[in-house]
Amino acid sequence: MTPNTPSSPILSGENIQVQRGGKRILDVSSLNIVPGEILSLIGPNGAGKTTLLQALSQLIRLGKGDIYFQGKKVGVDMAPLDYRRCLAMVFQEALLFDTTVYANVASGLKIRGAKSSEIVSIVNTRLEQFGIAHLRDRSAKTLSGGEAQRTSLARAFAIEPQLLFLDEPFAALDPPTREALLEDLNRVLRASGTTAIMATHDQGEALRLSDRIAVMNDGRIVQIGPPVEVMNHPIDEFIASFVGVETIIEGRVIKCERGMATIAVNKGGNSAAAHAFTGGGAGVNGSDHAFLKKTVDAMKDFSGVDPINATPSTPLGTLGEVSLLEAAGQAEAGEQILCCIRPEHVTLSPGVRPDRSSARNAFPSVIIRISPAGAFYKVHMNGGFPLVAYVTVQSIEDLDLRTGATVTASFKATAVHMIRRG
Amino acid sequence: MDIIFEGIKQALSLLISLDPEVMGITWLSLKVSGTATLISLFIGIGIGTAVALTSFPGRQIVVSLINTGMALPPVVVGLFVTIFLWRNGPFGALEILYTPLAIIIAQAIIATPIVMGITLAAMQQLPRKLRLQILALGATRFQMVWLLIKEAKLSLMAAVMAGFGGVISEVGASIMVGGNIKGYTRVLTTATVMETSKGNFDVAIALGVILLIFAFAINLVLTRVQQRERPR
Repeated sequence: MTPNTPSSPILSGENIQVQRGGKRILDVSSLNIVPGEILSLIGPNGAGKTTLLQALSQLIRLGKGDIYFQGKKVGVDMAPLDYRRCLAMVFQEALLFDTTVYANVASGLKIRGAKSSEIVSIVNTRLEQFGIAHLRDRSAKTLSGGEAQRTSLARAFAIEPQLLFLDEPFAALDPPTREALLEDLNRVLRASGTTAIMATHDQGEALRLSDRIAVMNDGRIVQIGPPVEVMNHPIDEFIASFVGVETIIEGRVIKCERGMATIAVNKGGNSAAAHAFTGGGAGVNGSDHAFLKKTVDAMKDFSGVDPINATPSTPLGTLGEVSLLEAAGQAEAGEQILCCIRPEHVTLSPGVRPDRSSARNAFPSVIIRISPAGAFYKVHMNGGFPLVAYVTVQSIEDLDLRTGATVTASFKATAVHMIRRG
Repeated sequence: MDIIFEGIKQALSLLISLDPEVMGITWLSLKVSGTATLISLFIGIGIGTAVALTSFPGRQIVVSLINTGMALPPVVVGLFVTIFLWRNGPFGALEILYTPLAIIIAQAIIATPIVMGITLAAMQQLPRKLRLQILALGATRFQMVWLLIKEAKLSLMAAVMAGFGGVISEVGASIMVGGNIKGYTRVLTTATVMETSKGNFDVAIALGVILLIFAFAINLVLTRVQQRERPR
């Protein structure tokens, strides 16, 4: 767990830059990792996750920048070899030596010149820990993918590293093997208190293992924070879509009172349509004030509801060409924003009925498509704007969900995350 | 056909009777080619590994040169070694032309690019990230290179076999720089050429068979070692 009290970082990187072919492929201004912390790096392919791991572990030459391990500057106060002997790395491929499982797990210790008796004891412990003691004398080349990766993890932990770098270690494994290995890794990491940095493209892995998540794009860390914060409060549209926010719609803040914002979202959910409802589809000209007035007037005309004076009990939802959403948070009236809603925060009820839940937002929606998404089903709807919800197989049957059916999609005001448009 | 059977019979007779001259020639052949192969292993594996693990301007040209060197004609090597070791040549003062040492030098020059080329290919076939993995295990650069060589051992055994096979069977360079002096620089191949030119086909066949037997025996041993290392 991340220590609650301020702690000196075990690893710091400052101004880390790596160039390849004249192009800057990594540019991280600052990164601090405290002892015992597990940090996950997520991001699309080519975002710089692997390069950052290799730069932090000093396996590749830095173009610029410094690495500090326990306050010592690597290469100045501490020899790179001494630093490398404090860490271990596990790659996506197991990269085992052409020898037995035992010799593989022992390899890091042998490199360090450990005594034979010490090696036997440590290796046997790690073989047991990762459930591969029965494979001790097997040739590493005959192992399955899961067994090979267990051997690779056992080899990494055998040297009792203070820092563990994991570069998509489960990416090549089948789901059940990945699940079992993830569980074992989590257990061993927590028990040993090893500081770990893991690159992954699997948000599930990142959520389960990490104390913090760093989202990378274009060689930079674009957001870093606790998993819940990153997942629920992405700072821009790229991060939102990357962390699994399925519904990202443009809107304008109509009003904001006591931390509750009312947002006008156009039909279709994009900015072009948003402009259309203000009259004639000519787009917005003039001040935000003029836009706001037109918006309010348009709503009154369409539904007879005055959004400015609407109370929480006033039924909101789709009003002609616009939909009104309530979102918890601070915003300025007239501000243009993106509303982000995670699919797991949207609940569905059959037919069109007043929502009896505490959700502030309820929209009669037509199901456009239902597609499998791992353990869940993804329900794509049109509720005046595109909306996506995750449901279980059981819910599909219970609610009789099918393409073309009308349901009421509800979500809490706290489920709507607002991103200000620049 | 009778000549061939007669030659094989003669070969067996020479081997069984441990004919001193034939034994001397055979021993010199093994000594010279073995030493040349050993030298080529040190140089070939060293440079092959270095080229495989580094990148530098003109690397592709170097790789092309190594690959070309694998097909180096022994007579061309013999010609240049002769020129260099000739009395008036750059190394004439060493007075080693027409000595076993001259044959070793020529054969080492022939075998080195073969070993180098196979080493280069073997090293390049290893996963690129294996180097990083070894460094991440705390290895020094020297330990990393050693572990990589160990990983490529099966291919390197092939390099040993190809290198030794190349030099034990060559004749052009040996005859040019060794002079085929009886009891001094006469090896199996040069003796075979000489006996053939004299019309002594039975002796020539006998020497050829002995050469084949030794080449086969040595390769058999190396193959057994290689296959024992192969993962099952």
